[in-house]
Amino acid sequence: MIRVFFAEWRKLRRPTLFLGTMGAVAGVTALVTSLLFLLIDSARGNAREGQMVTRQTLELAHGLTIGFSSSAGLLGLVALCVFASQTAQEYTHGTLRNLLVRQPKRLTLLLGKFLSMCSFALVSVIVSATVSTALAFGLSGKAKVVTTAWTTADAGTSLIHTFINVFLSVIAYGTVGMILGLVFRAPIPAISLGVAWLLIIENIIAATVKNSGKWMPGQLITTLSSGGDFTASYSHAMWVVSAYLVVGVVVISVLFRRRDVAN
Amino acid sequence: MSTQTNPELAISVKDLTKIYGERPAVSHANFEVPLGTVCGFVGPNGSGKTTTMRMLLGLITPTGGSGTILGQPINHPERYLHRVGAMIEGPAFYPALSGAENLRVLATLGGYDTDMVQGLLNRVGLGDRGDSKYKTYSLGMKQRLGIAAALLPSPHLLMLDEPTNGLDPAGIQEIRELLRELANEGTTVFVSSHLLSEIEVISDSLVMLRKGEVIFAGKTQDLLLRQQPTIIAKSLDSQDLKKLLEIAHNAGHEGTIIEDAAHILGPTEWAPILNKMAFDAGIILSQLAPVLPSLEETFFEMTGDSE
Repeated sequence: MIRVFFAEWRKLRRPTLFLGTMGAVAGVTALVTSLLFLLIDSARGNAREGQMVTRQTLELAHGLTIGFSSSAGLLGLVALCVFASQTAQEYTHGTLRNLLVRQPKRLTLLLGKFLSMCSFALVSVIVSATVSTALAFGLSGKAKVVTTAWTTADAGTSLIHTFINVFLSVIAYGTVGMILGLVFRAPIPAISLGVAWLLIIENIIAATVKNSGKWMPGQLITTLSSGGDFTASYSHAMWVVSAYLVVGVVVISVLFRRRDVAN
Repeated sequence: MSTQTNPELAISVKDLTKIYGERPAVSHANFEVPLGTVCGFVGPNGSGKTTTMRMLLGLITPTGGSGTILGQPINHPERYLHRVGAMIEGPAFYPALSGAENLRVLATLGGYDTDMVQGLLNRVGLGDRGDSKYKTYSLGMKQRLGIAAALLPSPHLLMLDEPTNGLDPAGIQEIRELLRELANEGTTVFVSSHLLSEIEVISDSLVMLRKGEVIFAGKTQDLLLRQQPTIIAKSLDSQDLKKLLEIAHNAGHEGTIIEDAAHILGPTEWAPILNKMAFDAGIILSQLAPVLPSLEETFFEMTGDSE
């Protein structure tokens, strides 16, 4: 397992992938956090879907992490793309057969790859948290947000909770990506379908079918990252997302273990 | 899946079968490969060579039959693959990584020392291109990298699928020498090719496949000796060739005239007798050469076609 983990990291650490992904994560986080502070007085809202996060809300202890948690959905999409492409490319490059010759225990290979990509996702969440926190402090003056509460123990606790929730949501998105990568065995259909479902199809269903958001995986993963919201409670989101992922992982593990590896 | 294990055998398969839908890709294959030999695995494209190799490497599950690799059953590849090096269906690596980094990925995965990577690159003639990205490699270089990857575990058994594809004549010669060197060091080499002339040069034994069925498994020499050699005779006067065929025919040997020579089927030891009979009939032969059929000719002879 540990060998698979480090072998996978040799691929993940290549500069174009590593720096490119971390750059995208930093950029996305910077954009979301900046908009939160720079558009604080805008009538069109300063958060997703035209919502308004007021100066008073930002000045609370958890105000420090609002930008960070708001970035979670986009971080999740980045994770979905990375997990899906890193998995599916083993098929398109034909490298899976090399891996299986060197590590014939298929579930060990799969788990090692997953854990490796989870650690990659962890780095991306750390980058995001750092960028968001730094920007929040940096832009608070310009937005006239008082930051006294941000340096209290409550703010620290909030940061830890938000970090855990964002990390869990990113892993959930990534797991969806890995499942799609294994099902489609090619990065383009895996990523296209994942992104189309999460960004378009789910939103259409949620907008047209009452209460459907409570059962949509993408909506619930976002709920998870924010610690619970108007869509569903945190515990409901956690249970339903876990159930979806467990079923998906079990199905895909059986498939990966039994499926012939041939071009 | 139980197969008696013989410690002298690197590979042993019994009734190995793979059926896709209704189509048998490999049908009841039976063969053995002794340890420390170079065994050629030959057959035309689509004859089931790669499918058989995939089954031996645990990449696909056989529909039926059994087998052992280095004494371990093929349904437990984790018991033997750490001693097996393989390149199957051509080289496959990560295009954005260098050749050396690709090898390090596999070395890390297999638990081998990554310091051996440069030595392996040197051994396959890629010593100075290890830091170049794989996507910049020529087909021949990719093939060499595939062989280097197969050598990572210092294998007891090396399974190579068409290793000379894309190599120039000098490269082919180098790979031949490398395989022979590995066999001399005790590595069993199981190498597939549809280029029969290539295999004939390097292999001690052969497994011959056609349409998913094993049509010969044994020593290369035994196969070639099964076929009758041809005695090629030329005379000073080309008008004598017909007379020579008549002499051979009367002695029970058939022949034909191809260009300026008579090609007569007969054992090598009959050549001097033919020479004497021709001399007695007043025919002076300018050339008399018994020629063993090539593996290619033997294959076509056995399969009855020229696919």
